[in-house]
Amino acid sequence: MTDFDFGVIWTSLPFLWEGLQLSLWLTFLAVIGGIVLGTLLTLARLSGILPLALIAAGYVNLIRSVPLILVIFWFYFLVPLVLGRPVGSFYSALIAFVLFEAAYYSEIMRAGIQSVAKGQKFAGQSTGLGYWQIQRHIILPQAFRNMIPILVTQGIILFQDTSLVFVVSLRDFMTTSSIVARTEGRLVEMYVFAALVYFVICFTGSVLVKRMRDRMAT
Amino acid sequence: MIDIENVSKWYGDFQVLKDCTSQVTQKEVVVVCGPSGSGKSTLIKCVNGLEPVQQGRIVVDGADITAKGTDLTALRARIGMVFQHFELYPHMTVRENLCLAQEKVLKRSRDEAVSRAELFLDRVGLSEHIDKHPGQLSGGQQQRVAIARSLVMDPIVMLFDEPTSALDPEMINEVLDVMVELAKEGMTMMVVTHEMGFAKKVADRVIFMDEGAIVEDRSTEDFFGNPESDRAKDFLSKILNH
Ligand SMILES: Nc1ncnc2c1ncn2[C@@H]1O[C@H](COP(=O)(O)OP(=O)(O)OP(=O)(O)O)[C@@H](O)[C@H]1O
Ligand SMILES: [Mg+2]
Repeated sequence: MTDFDFGVIWTSLPFLWEGLQLSLWLTFLAVIGGIVLGTLLTLARLSGILPLALIAAGYVNLIRSVPLILVIFWFYFLVPLVLGRPVGSFYSALIAFVLFEAAYYSEIMRAGIQSVAKGQKFAGQSTGLGYWQIQRHIILPQAFRNMIPILVTQGIILFQDTSLVFVVSLRDFMTTSSIVARTEGRLVEMYVFAALVYFVICFTGSVLVKRMRDRMAT
Repeated sequence: MIDIENVSKWYGDFQVLKDCTSQVTQKEVVVVCGPSGSGKSTLIKCVNGLEPVQQGRIVVDGADITAKGTDLTALRARIGMVFQHFELYPHMTVRENLCLAQEKVLKRSRDEAVSRAELFLDRVGLSEHIDKHPGQLSGGQQQRVAIARSLVMDPIVMLFDEPTSALDPEMINEVLDVMVELAKEGMTMMVVTHEMGFAKKVADRVIFMDEGAIVEDRSTEDFFGNPESDRAKDFLSKILNH
């Protein structure tokens, strides 16, 4: 067995950094998109308009019963077919992540909305506010506040899941690490380093979540 | 002002309200009492359409709450409601709690809404708390803010659902005082409460409910002086001995 040479990491840093940027950027956009679409799905499910509620619920249940990697594949092949032109693997992966995460965020949000006491809705109604005004000003702000820790936790899981984009040949952090590992023949060093980076990022995230939980408990 | 005509309501197979009929005329104060689970909250929620009824009619100020196509939001804006657990919006300051519906429903300007909020906060004695969040106030203060939140909308009638039963004993009077004041000013009020002292002092009529039905509906003097039904006698002897 050869000696460890962590020097390859140093020389490959710019390349690895590009991969990490892609992972973080994808996570960030997918979280934002997922929350927006997830909120809409949730409002549709709770709207009381039956066809709308059924479609949204069907969507959430469908997405939640297939593996993420399959959704990524679908959209890699589907999106160009629908649009009639290639969109590049970054955008197809992003769309896949947003559509996939939205289903999970929608579930989190439904629980969050239901955690807001029913009396709050009555209070809004009794002053003459309409359904959407009540959601926008009374229910959602409270639901979001209750949900922030779980939303961040879901974001951490999403960050780890971005490593799946290697299947559509995107160069995320995991992929760039593998490339360096193989071309330089430094498997152990590179994978230890990659694990360390994932750990630091995700651990920081969960410490943040714990802090928020503690603060909200008081 | 409020006309309740043969109202029945079911939760699934369970009949919560049984053929209830009563009226509240302008400037009248009516107290609703009865044992737990007798349907008092349900009845009062039906009066502003928070709960639908399956049979009968409720007419408020000439508008049929129970008819299809009635603009419930417009009607509710003129019916104030105060809840057992206050239901202030915890993420907003007192000022925002009082301004939200004024701006969104009555389309008042910010300045106008704030000045009305200040006026009514002053009336319930809480002017200095306008920038606080509900969580920073005591229960009695929160309930007074909740009353002010209804009053800023210039309601034609006020509904109260056990406004003091979630309060510590020493805070009950500060809330009742505000309600007595309102009654004296001629506000039309329908109040679910077990505070019989309040009933004797300001109520014109008392409605006694049991198992979803209105068992007694009489003037306050008659109700306390010689209740007709055994259930009401029983209820009064229990509650007045406390
Ligand atoms: N959403 C609901 N679904 C099913 N049953 C309900 C619902 N709300 C109330 N009930 C039932 O209807 C009955 C009347 O309830 P209501 O809250 O009107 O009673 P109440 O007279 O206000 O009692 P309390 O003094 O305890 O507040 C009770 O038996 C209650 O369990
Ligand atoms: Mg009740």
